[in-house]
Formats: sequence, structure tokens, C-alpha cells
Amino acid sequence: MNIHEYQAKALLKEFGAPVAQGFPILTADDVEAAIDALPGPLYVVKSQIHAGGRGKGKFKELPEDAAGGVRLAFSADEVRSHVSEMLGNTLVTKQTGPAGKQVNRLYLEDGADIDRELYCSVLVDRETGRVSFVASTEGGMDIEAVAEETPELIHTIAIDPETGCTADDVAKLVAAFKLDGAAAKDAEDLFPLLYNAFVEKDMSLLEINPLIVMKDGHLRVLDAKVSFDGNAEFRHGELEELRDLTEEDDKEIEASKYDLAYIALDGDIGCMVNGAGLAMATMDIIKLYGASPANFLDVGGGATAEKVTAAFKIITSDPNVKGILVNIFGGIMRCDVIAEGVLTAVKEVGLKVPLVVRLEGTKVEEGKAMINNSGMDVIAADDLDDAAQKIVKAVKG
Amino acid sequence: MSILIDRNTKVLVQGLTGKTGSFHTEQSMAYFGTQMVGGTHPKKGGEKWTGSNGEELPIFTTVAEGKERTGANASVVYVPPAGAAGAIIEAIEAEIPLIICITEGVPVMDMVKVKAKLDKSNSRLVGPNCPGILTPEQCKIGIMPGSIFQKGSVGVVSRSGTLTYEAVFQTSNAGLGQTTAVGIGGDPVKGTEFIDMLEMFLADDETESIIMIGEIGGSAEEEAAQFIADERKKGRSKPMAGFIAGRTAPPGRTMGHAGAVISGGKGGAEDKIAAMEAAGIRVSPSPAKLGETLLDAIKG
Repeated sequence: MNIHEYQAKALLKEFGAPVAQGFPILTADDVEAAIDALPGPLYVVKSQIHAGGRGKGKFKELPEDAAGGVRLAFSADEVRSHVSEMLGNTLVTKQTGPAGKQVNRLYLEDGADIDRELYCSVLVDRETGRVSFVASTEGGMDIEAVAEETPELIHTIAIDPETGCTADDVAKLVAAFKLDGAAAKDAEDLFPLLYNAFVEKDMSLLEINPLIVMKDGHLRVLDAKVSFDGNAEFRHGELEELRDLTEEDDKEIEASKYDLAYIALDGDIGCMVNGAGLAMATMDIIKLYGASPANFLDVGGGATAEKVTAAFKIITSDPNVKGILVNIFGGIMRCDVIAEGVLTAVKEVGLKVPLVVRLEGTKVEEGKAMINNSGMDVIAADDLDDAAQKIVKAVKG
Repeated sequence: MSILIDRNTKVLVQGLTGKTGSFHTEQSMAYFGTQMVGGTHPKKGGEKWTGSNGEELPIFTTVAEGKERTGANASVVYVPPAGAAGAIIEAIEAEIPLIICITEGVPVMDMVKVKAKLDKSNSRLVGPNCPGILTPEQCKIGIMPGSIFQKGSVGVVSRSGTLTYEAVFQTSNAGLGQTTAVGIGGDPVKGTEFIDMLEMFLADDETESIIMIGEIGGSAEEEAAQFIADERKKGRSKPMAGFIAGRTAPPGRTMGHAGAVISGGKGGAEDKIAAMEAAGIRVSPSPAKLGETLLDAIKG
């Protein structure tokens, strides 16, 4: 799960991180109170969407030369005019795709006097299996470009889970960021608290780009991006209220109710598969035969017929779907359960597009018999290759 | 020979009394008499577990007690996500040599803690979020369907459960059969990586060829390819076929497995495929042609 910048900053502030004073603006009515509460005269108005590249982004509804999704304002009037231009309009950044994202929330923040911009992130490094800091003096820009062009400017510092972030680790980070004076002193608190926030909240990514050294020598978290580990949701009920459903695909929200791993894509062949690897491989083979998958869907190992029915309905609710491929290799998943779920769904919502079913593994004979005896117009397939060719042919003609 | 498990492996089940644990323990016992020797439950020690066909196994309060009483040299974890890491750590502390965690959805931070304990122990962990290990006609630990296996000469190692089945099914159909199939799991932090398994398959006399199935995310496939290339230079090699799932996956979206995500420009399929091909591994463009591709690799 991803959250907005203002939510991430509020969370880090709870742990004691230095962030600027700021207020979210959810409707135009929130603007005056936010302006009154900030000292001015420098303000920053920031679009809150779950995508990066906001500063360089462009609003679809505004002229090409209009300012981007993060704007400085030098007076209260300027704040008001920015808010009216930004709120409700569609921001296109290099991460949103050409469709862009509607800006439903803004964040108004007190401006900062920046001396230096740094890059700091915390993540789980899968090679070492440890939580690691990624540190660079080259903040405020695209870190992937820095990694590509000047990899020597990126430092990785792994933290031992049994000790947490030690004074030694802080010293390494201070050196990597070339901090001194007040900033080095701030670092003694900041890095351990970032580590603690990451671990306690089960984050999968905490990215601060930039972390700044201000003109007064102190550190401040100027931007923050946080994602949480979906596997740990069960122990973080307090984070649920941070979820912004308007940022998510309706079909993905519906799928998450049934604990289905579903991701909407832009092709026209709906897929229902068991197992993440096989689900990806099914997408790949559809592409190999010249068509495109409409989704990734892993029904999981222990799915019930009800869950399969729900999955099938989600697939058929996508107007782009021109054909459906069900590909099951039963281990835990029994083919007869899949057949029952599909048949129930078809009875309830009908079948308006070609359906190819490939079943293999546990209870395959029972599953195939149920489908064959149903009188439903199903195209049976012998193996994955055959299934992919048949659905592509059925859709493309 | 096989790797990791054979007919002498004695398995303790952590999470035996749950629905999944019960079902798959019955399946394992029915598979060529895999030696399932008992289960553990903190509150049900001293009781007996009874399977749906009347099978009986003793339940112990702790893994240490179960190991002491049964001589178990492996454990399989079916404990739900919230308790899975605790169960693995208990097995590590009881010095179980081989721990296989089937549980899907273990929090990554829990695995970070497990990994730190594991690194200081002599135990090997396979998983979590994996289908287990199967040596045909000898031992089945985990959830793989036994019916598709055939005793033979191919070593199979895979990050994905259902793609393991594809590889097994296709090598059975090709008449090659398997020595052992190992699912290492799709999570970002896990017990065993490709390299350890490849080393074992290269060292195993009965394994004549190898299938390796990876997916997007991380760089374990690139490291494995480097290992294979280095071994080849030392004159040690076997015909290999591979496959990488997720060629068409969009960046930044986690594809079901917590580990399957292309991020920061890393973990894409094309880099992995190129690295594997450079190491002499034949990478199948289609998941349906794993058997065929391996036959081609064997012919040379």
C-alpha cells in the first residue's frame, strides 16, 4: 500500500523527524485556514498523488507553459491562484502514464531555505536480507539516473537487525552525506528514528528525496514517499485509514476484498491463473502469440469456488476484455473447485466472450468433466501453448 | 542420488493440526511412504493427530521435543503468516538441519529477523512461500502434486510454485523424469537461493541436466548465471534450460509474489535472460516449451 506525501510526513513526525509545518487541502474550503496557520511569506503547494515526477509534471487542462504539480508561492494570493489551478485537474508525470491522475488533494507547506539536497532511502536489500540505507549527496533529482551515471556517489549501509541503527551506522551515513555541524548532530536522532519507523510500521520503502540541509545548518525531510508491506497489513489496522481508494483501480479494490492478487493492465485477454509465476508466464505467452493480457490475476493456492466466482466476475466487468483464458495447474488448488467457480459465475453473469480453459494437476478429470457436461460454450485446451494459441485466435480471428 | 531429501528423511510438521497442514501431511504420507514422524502444537502436546484415512501421528509441544523423540532431520512449516517466522526460529533453535516453509504472506521484516538467526546457524531454510521439495518415489515435503513426477535425471529449481509443476510435467512427458524438484519461493528475503541448489545439482551424479525457473525482481538469476559461467570455466557443467516469468509485467507493480517487482530499473526479465544465455543456459521463450528446450540443450 502507498500513501500520500503529507501522510508520510505526519507519520515520520510522530517518530520525531524534522518536517516543515503543513496542512492538507482536500477542498477549496481548507485553503484559508491553512494560509492563516502558516507564517509565510514563502509557501509550497504540492499535488498529492501516488506517483513521482510531480514537479516536472504538466496539467492536462492547463496551457503547455503552465507551472507543474509542485509550486512555490510568495504570497497568500499566489497560493489561492495555484490551488484553483491545481485542485481537481489532471496531472501527467512520467510515472502516471499519458492518462495522468486527478489531483484530489493538495498539501500546503511552509517554504524552506535550502543549502544542499540529499537522497536518502530505506529499503530491504534482498541480497543481504537486511534493512539498508541508500545514501547519496545527489538529492532532488532522479536517483535512477544518478545510479546509472555516477554509481560511486551512491552508498548502501546495511543495518544488523539485532542491534538496530547504531552510532557506527550513523557515522557512516554522516560521512556518505558529508554532513557536519548542526546537521551531523541532527543525524544522530534522524537516522535511527527513520530505521525504527521503517521496522515498526513494516514499510517496504521509505524514500526521502530530497533530505535537505537548510541554510541554518539543520536537516529537514522535504519530501517523503512511503510504501507498506502488504503481508504485514494484519498487524497495522492503524494504517488502514491512510488508504486513498481514489488512487486505486476499482477492479483492484474489489479483488482485494476477496484477497485476490489482481492487477489491471491494458490488453484485451482476461486471465485467471493459479500461482504468481504461472500468472506472469501466462501473460508472457499471450504476448508471445501477438495479443495482450487485460490483467494479472493469481487466485492463489487455497481458493474456494466463491473466490473463483468473484475473480471471474471481476474479469468480465472489464469492458476491454474480448476473451478469457483460465489456466490452472492444480497443486493445492483443485481443478474441480475451479470448474465449479467458473460455472457459477457464468450462470450469474453470462458469457459474452470466448472462454478457453486449460486444467491440469489435482482432480483434473473431475474438473474437465464438469466443464464438458455443463453445456457451456467453452473451448478446451490441452496445454498452456495450445490454450494461448486458441484464445489469441478466438479474439483476433 | 537426489538432493536435500530422500527415503531416510524424517519430517516433523509445524502447523500439523490446521486444515492445510493436515491435508498435505496425508498427501505426503500417501506418497511412497514419506516418513512424516509427528507434529508440533504449543497446547496439544501429548495428543494424537488423526488423518482422514485413519493415519496417526504424535503431537509434541515443541520442535526440540519432537526432534528428540522421533529423530526428525527436517521440518515443514504450515503455520499461518503471523506465526510462521516464530515457527522457523523455533526450528532453527532446535537445530533442525532442513526447514521448509510453505506459508505464503510472511511479513518481510519477520524474514529479516529469521535470516539473521539463520546466518548464525547450521540449518538450511527453503522458502517461505514455496511449494516444497520432492524427490520422486522417495519423499515429498510440501504441496507439489506427486502424480506428475517421474523418477529420472532432471534437477528442477524454481522461484515459482506452479511453474515448477510445468517444468516437472513437461520433463516427465519428455521421458526424462526428475532427480529432485525444489521450489525456493517467491519472497524477497528467503532461506535458499538458486546458487546453493545449482551447486548441489552439479555435484549430484544422477542429475544429468537442470531446469532453472526465475522471475522478475531482484538479481538472484544474474548471480546464478554468473555462478554457472564460472563453474563452466572450471570444466564443470550440465545441460541447462531456463525460463524467466514476467517479461511483460509493468514496472513498479508487485506481481503477486512480494519479490516479483521491477523497481529502480532493476529486476527486469531481459537482463536476466541475457545473463543466463551468456552462461550457456538455453532460455525458453515460452513456459510451454521447457521440456523441448531442455531436450535441445541435452542434444547440444
